[in-house]
Amino acid sequence: MAELFEYLTEPMQYAFMQRALLMAILVGLVCAVFSCFLVLKGWSLMGDAVSHAVLPGIVIAYILAIPLSIGAFIGGLFCAVATGYVKDNSRLKEDAIMGIIFSGMFALGLVIYLKVQPEIHLDHILFGNILGVQAADLWETGIICAATLGLIVVRRHDLLLYCFDQAYARAIGLPVKLIHYALLVALSLTIVASLKAVGVILVIAMLIAPGAIAYLLTNRFSHMLLISSVVAVGSSVAGVFVSFYLDADTGATIILIQTFIFILAFLFAPTSGILRKKIVSQNS
Amino acid sequence: MDELLLPFQYDYMNKAIFAATFIGAVCAMLSSYLMLKGWSLIGDALSHSIVPGVAAAYMIGAPYVFGAFFSGLLASASMGFIKAKTKLREDAIIGLIFTSFFALGLFMVSLSPTSVNVKNIVLGNILGVSDEDIFQMVLIAGISFFILIFTWKDLMVTFFDESHAKTIGINTKFLTILFFTLLSACTIAALQTVGALLVIGLIVTPGATAYLLCDRFGQLMIVSTLIGSITCFFGAYISFFLDGATGGIIILLQTIVFIIAFIFAPKYGLVAAKRKIKQASELLRKTREGAV
Amino acid sequence: MAKFIYNPSLEVNDITVTYNNGHTAIYDASFSLSAGTICALVGVNGSGKSTLFKSIMGFVKPVKGSVTLSGMPVLTALKQNIVSYVPQAEDVDWNFPVLVEDVVMMGRFGHMNFMRIPKKKDKLAVRDALEKVGMTEYSRRQIGELSGGQKKRVFLARSIAQEGQIILLDEPFTGVDVQTELAIMKLLKQMRDEGRLMLVATHNLGSIPDFCDHTVMLNRTILDAGKTADVFTPENLEKTFGGVLRHFTLGGDELHDDDDTRSVRVITDDERPLVLYGNKTQKSAAAKKSSTANKPDADAKITTSKAEAK
Ligand SMILES: Nc1ncnc2c1ncn2[C@@H]1O[C@H](COP(=O)(O)OP(=O)(O)OP(=O)(O)O)[C@@H](O)[C@H]1O
Ligand SMILES: [Mg+2]
Repeated sequence: MAELFEYLTEPMQYAFMQRALLMAILVGLVCAVFSCFLVLKGWSLMGDAVSHAVLPGIVIAYILAIPLSIGAFIGGLFCAVATGYVKDNSRLKEDAIMGIIFSGMFALGLVIYLKVQPEIHLDHILFGNILGVQAADLWETGIICAATLGLIVVRRHDLLLYCFDQAYARAIGLPVKLIHYALLVALSLTIVASLKAVGVILVIAMLIAPGAIAYLLTNRFSHMLLISSVVAVGSSVAGVFVSFYLDADTGATIILIQTFIFILAFLFAPTSGILRKKIVSQNS
Repeated sequence: MDELLLPFQYDYMNKAIFAATFIGAVCAMLSSYLMLKGWSLIGDALSHSIVPGVAAAYMIGAPYVFGAFFSGLLASASMGFIKAKTKLREDAIIGLIFTSFFALGLFMVSLSPTSVNVKNIVLGNILGVSDEDIFQMVLIAGISFFILIFTWKDLMVTFFDESHAKTIGINTKFLTILFFTLLSACTIAALQTVGALLVIGLIVTPGATAYLLCDRFGQLMIVSTLIGSITCFFGAYISFFLDGATGGIIILLQTIVFIIAFIFAPKYGLVAAKRKIKQASELLRKTREGAV
Repeated sequence: MAKFIYNPSLEVNDITVTYNNGHTAIYDASFSLSAGTICALVGVNGSGKSTLFKSIMGFVKPVKGSVTLSGMPVLTALKQNIVSYVPQAEDVDWNFPVLVEDVVMMGRFGHMNFMRIPKKKDKLAVRDALEKVGMTEYSRRQIGELSGGQKKRVFLARSIAQEGQIILLDEPFTGVDVQTELAIMKLLKQMRDEGRLMLVATHNLGSIPDFCDHTVMLNRTILDAGKTADVFTPENLEKTFGGVLRHFTLGGDELHDDDDTRSVRVITDDERPLVLYGNKTQKSAAAKKSSTANKPDADAKITTSKAEAK
């Protein structure tokens, strides 16, 4: 018992580990709540697109000497809005459009990055650098998380209706355009807030896995929100400790733990788990 | 003038330009199908999913192609399996699997950081690729090219109307598997050219651009292949002057071509659509005036 | 009727709708309806019925003309929560984690506060609406676990729970069994008597005189509109449906042996009706003469069979 306690307290003696833990929890929570909507709306890959598209924003913000987060935010939002615009004005499928736009933007960011050679590590943008998080980063992420979480939790019924039946949402007079853009803005903000922790690629996992796990476990939306939050926070905490002892990449460890939970849910979920189904069919 | 021809005086540049052009062409052929079927992001997913395989192959010193192929296969199989067994949307499954695989790759690399340069996998570096790897890439592209030449029509029927394809005796299951095998193979080759993060561009943009320009599948494929190869040729060439970033430049060129097509395509472009609506209302007005 | 804040009315003012591909689905369409009405909207496939609904709801913007609901522009009216709309096909994800009662509860959102927390009144309305469409026992099923007709009934229940004053139903009867259809019609009549306004697109010509007091005939533009008694005539139907209508008359000598010369006429746009007289089945394809009237914008085969027994 005392030993276990030791295991848990040792990493926390370091200030950078404390900050990393706090960051992981914050990011995990806000991404988890968001993931429920993304998974249901079929926007999982919108997260993919937006997160890649922040690169040119960051690089250009560096050149213009404005805060990198603002650049990242604008880059991400631009991608989302441009996707919608091209979709309304061409005969291409949405997935292809997203692919074109985000790869184009990422390429632009990359070319400028290699030309300008800014002092930001590309690795840190791509893979995150949670151990290097500063107090100021924590504040920034905390504020963004609080704002997005607040918005989502308060308006979750409208958002749910919007995801479920857009035409009806419009019919009862909900401002669907506003909701649409509010979701995109919140998504971009969430990604920006998560970048420092997990980077542009792994944030996609944080924005899908918890929602997908919860989706397998329940068919009520309110339960889904709860389960995904618990799963995400749990994996964040576990990931930080495990990676400390294995000396592995923290972001990657968190994602792998989420994947592991997904596999468990996939096998054992009460109604849809594949092993559970097998057992039921054998008994009857 | 001499300066413009300078890249061709280097053996490594010639090889890189040739390989990039060839791979760009084959990827563009595949993109015609992917884009029409709404499978664009499967390509993206594959390119991320092979990262752990490549990392493992480098760690144990095996040919990278094997590692890549193995993990690509595993990823496709798990996507198919989860799709068959749950009600989750396809996009969520794709996103889930590829990020998990990518995280696994990163995790492995972080445990033994010295053996692999992740940056090369993620961003590609065709100008620095060994002759051996170039050979593997060209071989993959060549085989895929020939298979596509012989099967493109059957693939088209299969993807357009599977039940019809079956009734006329096409083995659709085999063709689908063949297609995804080719896709994985070309993704692996493209990985070295533009890197895991930009493969998506190579296997979506040319096809989508051609789709805005053509109405017949045969033409679409030719136009797409042309766009793919020409942009890759010039991308690799230009990157000589810009010190690398080959992948970025290639994809940037393709995106620019796409934007031009999006705006100016004779039938499906932005300008054309505006004109069409105007014409329709004009026509309506005229017929009405005629009727009065 | 006085219980509504706004007196329900619908006015379509000379609208023309052109889709992005350049196809003009409706042109120069005008008609108006007032409170306490059930109005049928009839026309062939592709005549623009759904398009008309979408433009009334503001989902597609007319290139010309305007729509007013209770004297207000569309967006304002929608904000007041007085319009409810059941589309022809629900474009929703049937695997969504919502139960039947959750879906019907969505109809109450406009009556709830900012946080959308249901009150007792809302719960009662949901229960009531589910009961009206006979779906009470399914209220805790996940929405995807229903049959096609049951799904339709749930969405109808949602629009009932919304207590809208202007109700737009795009083909509410397709895929619904006769019993439910009768129940729905009864419900609609009841709502009419409460002073609501309903516009119902249907291919079910036979029941229109039963429950619709007004009729609008559409074929890319309004062919005729007004009281069913005045508008719903064989001539107008012929004009609206052109060659695609199945229309046959059973003459006196086919039916009976006396010299009564009156005949039975069966007109249908929907499925081929089964007509029984005595024990003999009367085939609707018993054609004696086919007509090839104009059939704008419709691919349907000409199956008109006219047997004028004059
Ligand atoms: N989104 C769209 N883009 C382009 N054209 C469309 C679109 N939707 C409908 N149309 C065309 O507009 C015309 C009217 O369609 P609409 O759906 O209003 O017909 P409808 O009267 O409801 O037919 P149905 O009885 O089959 O429901 C059709 O010719 C159709 O092809
Ligand atoms: Mg319709």
